[in-house]
Amino acid sequence: MSATTAAATTDVAAAAGSPSTSSTTPPRRRSHLRKRLELLILIGPATVLFVAFVFLPLIAAGYYSLFDWNGFGPLVDFVGLDNYTKALGDPLFQGAIGHNLFIVVASLVVQLPLSIALALLLNGKIRGRTALRLLVFTPYVLSEAVTAVIWLSLLQPHGVVDGLLEGAGLGGLVQLWLADQNVVMFTLFAVITWKYIGFGIILFLAGLQGVPDELREAASIDGASGWQTTRLIVLPLLGPTIRIWIFLSIIGSLQLFDLVWIMTLGGPGGASTTMASYLIDRGFRRYEFGFGSAVAIILFVICFVFALFYQRFALRRDTQGAITGRVE
Amino acid sequence: MMNTRSIRKHVAVGAVAVMSIGALSACSGGDDSGDGTTELTFWHNGTADPLLGIWQDAVDEYEAENPDISIEVVPIQNEDFATKIPLALSSDNPPDIYFNQGGGLLATQAQSGQVADITDLTKDWIDGFGPAAANWQVDGAQYGIPYAMHVVGYWYRTDLFAQAGITAVPTTMEELDEAVDKLKAAGIPPIAVGGKDRWPDAFYYNAFALRECGEDVLKKGLADADLSDDCFTKAGQDVIDFIATEPFQDGFNGTPAQQGAGSSAGLVANGEVAMELQGTWDKSVMQGLTDTDLDPLLGWFPFPAIDGGEGDPSATVGGGDGFSCTQEHVEECVDFLHFLSSDDIQKKLVEASVATIPVNEAAAESITDPVVKSIYDFNTDAAYVQVYFDIALPTGVGSALNDAVANLFNGEGTATSVAEAVEAAR
Repeated sequence: MSATTAAATTDVAAAAGSPSTSSTTPPRRRSHLRKRLELLILIGPATVLFVAFVFLPLIAAGYYSLFDWNGFGPLVDFVGLDNYTKALGDPLFQGAIGHNLFIVVASLVVQLPLSIALALLLNGKIRGRTALRLLVFTPYVLSEAVTAVIWLSLLQPHGVVDGLLEGAGLGGLVQLWLADQNVVMFTLFAVITWKYIGFGIILFLAGLQGVPDELREAASIDGASGWQTTRLIVLPLLGPTIRIWIFLSIIGSLQLFDLVWIMTLGGPGGASTTMASYLIDRGFRRYEFGFGSAVAIILFVICFVFALFYQRFALRRDTQGAITGRVE
Repeated sequence: MMNTRSIRKHVAVGAVAVMSIGALSACSGGDDSGDGTTELTFWHNGTADPLLGIWQDAVDEYEAENPDISIEVVPIQNEDFATKIPLALSSDNPPDIYFNQGGGLLATQAQSGQVADITDLTKDWIDGFGPAAANWQVDGAQYGIPYAMHVVGYWYRTDLFAQAGITAVPTTMEELDEAVDKLKAAGIPPIAVGGKDRWPDAFYYNAFALRECGEDVLKKGLADADLSDDCFTKAGQDVIDFIATEPFQDGFNGTPAQQGAGSSAGLVANGEVAMELQGTWDKSVMQGLTDTDLDPLLGWFPFPAIDGGEGDPSATVGGGDGFSCTQEHVEECVDFLHFLSSDDIQKKLVEASVATIPVNEAAAESITDPVVKSIYDFNTDAAYVQVYFDIALPTGVGSALNDAVANLFNGEGTATSVAEAVEAAR
């Protein structure tokens, strides 16, 4: 991947540099050597890290997943793909996949329009803009664990949230936020939105800086209304940012763990179990590390396949040539 | 703007991060420094006072007496031991001393080869612990020792019981149901349970099974991980029937057991709910969650008897808290654990209600609180004390049992679903 790109770049550089040095052979050889050295220095450390902390654990997990293994001692009880069929056949895991998909879809439907709208608003010339930007970005800076603990206490029955709703005369809206199986996913989604909306806004604000003022001015001279300018000029130019946001959002939704684990432990009754919380619950609580590895591989494959397809079909126009090696 | 490389790295790193959560945080110290001091790492679950302070004081005292030993104290939230211990035991550098509750979980951990067999090192003094030490044995070998024993029963608020007009503690299920009704009538949520953590739910199944099953049937069922006897089905039905009387606080399925004022322990500590079925250690947890002195406000009674059950009403579920040693500094570790069972420290544990049932009998004399004394006597007179089912069973089976009982609390499952879950996990 990155190796090909970098190699191609250096080739071009070497080719461009060669005429001036072609009269004598030593410099040429030196540049060749230098090219290799550059490659080694630039790509080496990353490759080592990638192999040690990504590739090898992945292979190990794949291997463990073929055994019935409690995490200790030798791998002796080979069970083939049993762990996979057991996981995919478990209604609790099927539910977990459903919960992840709920977060994926809800994020796209709710967070995306909301972040763009707020970014457009904060991009305008309004009083206290910097303070507002800071405010919406603050939750994103908090760690997920801190966020989870804060909201866990706010959402206790008869807690702060219930009190605020009752104070506002909306006592009828009070729910068992984390204890009702029909409500808990919506509660979690609200907390996720609270936490990550700021990230989307900052991303889109950055994207909006890339929309030239001249285009808007030209559009308004041509008589376009504000809404038309936004819809026909600004949003299309924001396209690459939107596609990146969607990518990050979906991957994040598929891997959702910390908030769920701290706030509900996947409960009540599995109603907020995600693929990752199911993985940890089975692996660590039951000492079923072979089975947990199988779940991890399933989660990885889902994320990886999505990432590949998304890169190939959605991100391609933003990152031409990065995957196929072609520059179109 | 982000480029493809960093995105792809994000994907890959993210995917693997999920698989290796906690791996990095599980590292521990324990290296010997150059000056001849032996450094021990000590993982305990006393994240709040009084236990936090007691362990720190004990370590300070021990270090003063043993200048060649230095102990790094690492308090870890009780629920986090589930994830930290397996990682630590599969690493090259596990903690030298770590908290556990013995039983099937310790037996599984011992398979790592990292947990030290301390039979020989403890044989001169372990008899003083009586039957309590047996729960830390695997195949007859000692793999750890307890510092406190507990039984499970109801902690209740005497003030709220009085307010609801309850004059005597319930001794039968009918009386408990009546008490629940009276509390409800007085506008007091009757019983707190930490359903989020699941194991407190399981206490109900444990307790009912002890009342429905004869001792032999119960012990055989747990030994074989086979709960197909009728009495276990009755226990399952008892749980369902009891939940149907709606005795628990609002949102009990989302309530944590021990963490914070909103936990089931916190609700009782702050007088918002009248009682809780918990281990006897719970008093010290509750005291850590309120500034009010709970001594005059808390009472205790054992799980009530039920009509027609085969079990002895004086039998109880219980267990203990203890520590195990890993291989590297086993002698130093055992010496420290022996120190923890000394009269002095045991008395401190008793006085702080961390240990209602001390492992050192000498400390029992220092029990002054009449409520704690009644628990101590109840334990002494009990027909037998059954270790918590999830600890007694092999790890995976025990967790499956807890999950199945938690599902009953969520209105899912039948009288036989716990037995079925155990069967499936066996």
